[in-house]
Amino acid sequence: MDLSYSGEELAFRDEVRGWLAANLPADLRDKVGDHEHLSKEDLLRWHRILAKQGWVAPAWPKEWGGTGWNVVQRYIFEEECGYAGTPPLVPFGLAMCAPVLHKFGTEAQKKRHLPPIYNGDLFWCQGYSEPGSGSDLASLKTKAVRDGDHYVVNGQKIWTTLGHYADWIFCLVRTDSTAAIRQEGISFLLIDMKTPGITVRPLILMDGGHEVNEVFFENVRVPVENLVHEEGKGWTVAKYLLGHERMNTGRVGISKRELTKLKAFAARQNKDGKSLMDDPRFRDKVSRVEVELMALEITNLRFLDQMRRTGQPPGADVSMLKIKGTEIQQSLTELMMYAVGPQAQPFKPLQADDGFDAFAASLAPRYCNTRKTTIYAGSNEIQRNIISKMSLGL
Amino acid sequence: MNFDYNEEQQLLADSIKRFIDKDYDFETRKYVASAEGYSAEVWGTLAEMGLLGLPFSPDYEGFGGGAVDLMSVMECMGAGLVVEPYLPTVTAAQFVARAGSEAQKKAILPAVASGELKDGLRADRSRGALRPRARRGRGEESGAGWTLDGVKQVVIGAPQADQLVVSARTSNDGDRGISLFLVDARAAGVSMKAYRTIDELRAADVGFKGVQLGADALIGKPGEGLAHIEAVVDFATALLCAEAVGAIKYANDATLEYIKTRKQFGVPIGAFQALQHRMVDMVISWEQARSMACMACARVDSEKDAGERKRLISAAKIRIADACRHVSQEAIQLHGGMGMTEEMKVSHTFRRLTMIAQQFGDADHHLERFAALDKVA
Ligand SMILES: Cc1cc2nc3c(=O)[nH]c(=O)nc-3n(C[C@H](O)[C@H](O)[C@H](O)COP(=O)(O)OP(=O)(O)OC[C@H]3O[C@@H](n4cnc5c(N)ncnc54)[C@H](O)[C@@H]3O)c2cc1C
Repeated sequence: MDLSYSGEELAFRDEVRGWLAANLPADLRDKVGDHEHLSKEDLLRWHRILAKQGWVAPAWPKEWGGTGWNVVQRYIFEEECGYAGTPPLVPFGLAMCAPVLHKFGTEAQKKRHLPPIYNGDLFWCQGYSEPGSGSDLASLKTKAVRDGDHYVVNGQKIWTTLGHYADWIFCLVRTDSTAAIRQEGISFLLIDMKTPGITVRPLILMDGGHEVNEVFFENVRVPVENLVHEEGKGWTVAKYLLGHERMNTGRVGISKRELTKLKAFAARQNKDGKSLMDDPRFRDKVSRVEVELMALEITNLRFLDQMRRTGQPPGADVSMLKIKGTEIQQSLTELMMYAVGPQAQPFKPLQADDGFDAFAASLAPRYCNTRKTTIYAGSNEIQRNIISKMSLGL
Repeated sequence: MNFDYNEEQQLLADSIKRFIDKDYDFETRKYVASAEGYSAEVWGTLAEMGLLGLPFSPDYEGFGGGAVDLMSVMECMGAGLVVEPYLPTVTAAQFVARAGSEAQKKAILPAVASGELKDGLRADRSRGALRPRARRGRGEESGAGWTLDGVKQVVIGAPQADQLVVSARTSNDGDRGISLFLVDARAAGVSMKAYRTIDELRAADVGFKGVQLGADALIGKPGEGLAHIEAVVDFATALLCAEAVGAIKYANDATLEYIKTRKQFGVPIGAFQALQHRMVDMVISWEQARSMACMACARVDSEKDAGERKRLISAAKIRIADACRHVSQEAIQLHGGMGMTEEMKVSHTFRRLTMIAQQFGDADHHLERFAALDKVA
């Protein structure tokens, strides 16, 4: 047994690390580090820097811009980005719509949509969830009725992340409400957000931020050429995407960065005239998260090694990584909030105040926001259901 | 043994509950929180209902109530997420009621009871608790009076306060060097950097620069502030525990209702055993927290041994902080995406519970105090 990376893998890591150090703009790195709001322009700026380098879509087939890296290299790359503190790559186009098009898209669809996704020219969002269909996605009701060369779409999506930035949305819609098996009445449609009849309304989360939306469709006419795969095969497409879930679901790199930050930050906090990191009660909590994170990283690598050798998609293992990864992210934001004590309570100054500690004030909202991680992308309860069904046969 | 409220306490509980249900619903509360952070009308009603003077002696237009009488009030405030500075006012006035001169009592207490005066409880810049030893404010004796200098951070209710009770170091004599002062919030040299808190209260960092105080501003004797601070903060902590119990109860009720009505996979999500057990644990947390809040409110006034009182209050705060954390996190999780939104009251309750867990000392602080006071150790 040998848990370390090979010489080539280490060389690859150093190459990535060196490149990131030279090419991640300091202002973006600081914004990420200080938990500041990232604008659409910030996100796209980083996207385009990577696109120019040819690294924005490592997993894509080479002819469309993929790097040809193996799973381990891809993992190393993503973890290094997380650790360096790059802005996130918004997954909806690059890691969700594109893999679907690679697998099921027509040549025309690929030609039309993949280059603007790669170059960051068009912004995508994901339209799956509906008010009545969250965990039980297959119950979705948004209807698409065929009318000549078009589908006419009516209904509502909810929780659409960055829908207010998006040029396009990929949606699961119901094309047949009589299908005996409800999954078989679902289709996968690409919809231009500028089509008449679409309304986007913000949903404000409890940290005061606007990241999700409600999207309403009223007689929205979508050309049939925007159907992906066959009519009624949308569930197959969605399931393929789930199986395709990336191996960095555990977000080890980001959590390592946050852990480093937490330790440095807590060391500077004063408790009874001593550093907070000298307080055994606090220190123990930090150590426990660190150990959890270490275990997760090794588990992640173990799954990766398995996947590389068997060539099998990860299956229920990804659920495990999601559960542990999100729990760790939540613990880290919680400890960061505890580290400032009562200073976590101030939120917004009532008058302009240069001395207002915006970083301390970002910690409680961030703790609040991170609660979402155990809810979205398949809640942790649903992930446990998947493991108990798929792995344990319960 | 009798854990019930007596008839008067129950009447009071019923009337405040009616008031909150009827006149302080979530929409009203949202408006109050976003506008002034306080409503004069609501404050007037609290005064009319006798809540502001509840813990003062009848000699000063109070009702002679103790923490147990305030418990039901605080539970309702917690359930309703009342943003008005009730707890800061009632507890700051305790300094005057317990240690003030006859003249101070006459000047302050009836005015608080009638709703004319709001007090800001001074917080301290030290972490986790009102830790007396880290006092920053300094009071210097100058002729017949005092000069006050320093900064107090995160003083809840300060932006709305008329009077502040400020602790300050008046000598380097360790625990015996801290004194208490009554300071007009608008006095020359007092400055405030005000902000909204994450749980939608108003607070400020209050600066004191050469603030001139008369000899009559001193509350109690010079250098004897610490024992009063410890006693009043314990009293306030007991009340805060009761507030938490009310907020936890709201979170549980709202979550139970939600999982009974929200349907996925053709059934209410409450039909899934994975969620049933979680809900049950939330209820157990609430019962345990309520027991400890009862204990804290019943004993904080009657326990004569200060060490034992501190130990009991710490025990309560440890249990309540854990329950705040447990229930608030689970309530959001069981609500799914809806729990994350500004529009759901439960997300506001989540924020308040998160902050209550840390107010007047977080669980770690109280674990330390509890263990240090353990008689066996
Ligand atoms: C910040 C945020 C961003 C999001 N972004 C997007 C997006 O871009 N696009 C998109 O389509 N969706 C998005 N979502 C939606 C997300 O996928 C859903 O919130 C999620 O699927 C849960 O659905 P729900 O919110 O309706 O909760 P519900 O499904 O109603 O679940 C409520 C609770 O019940 C539990 N539960 C449900 N079923 C079971 C079961 N069988 N067994 C045990 N427990 C169960 C859940 O785990 C949860 O705790 C986002 C959500 C959030 C919060």
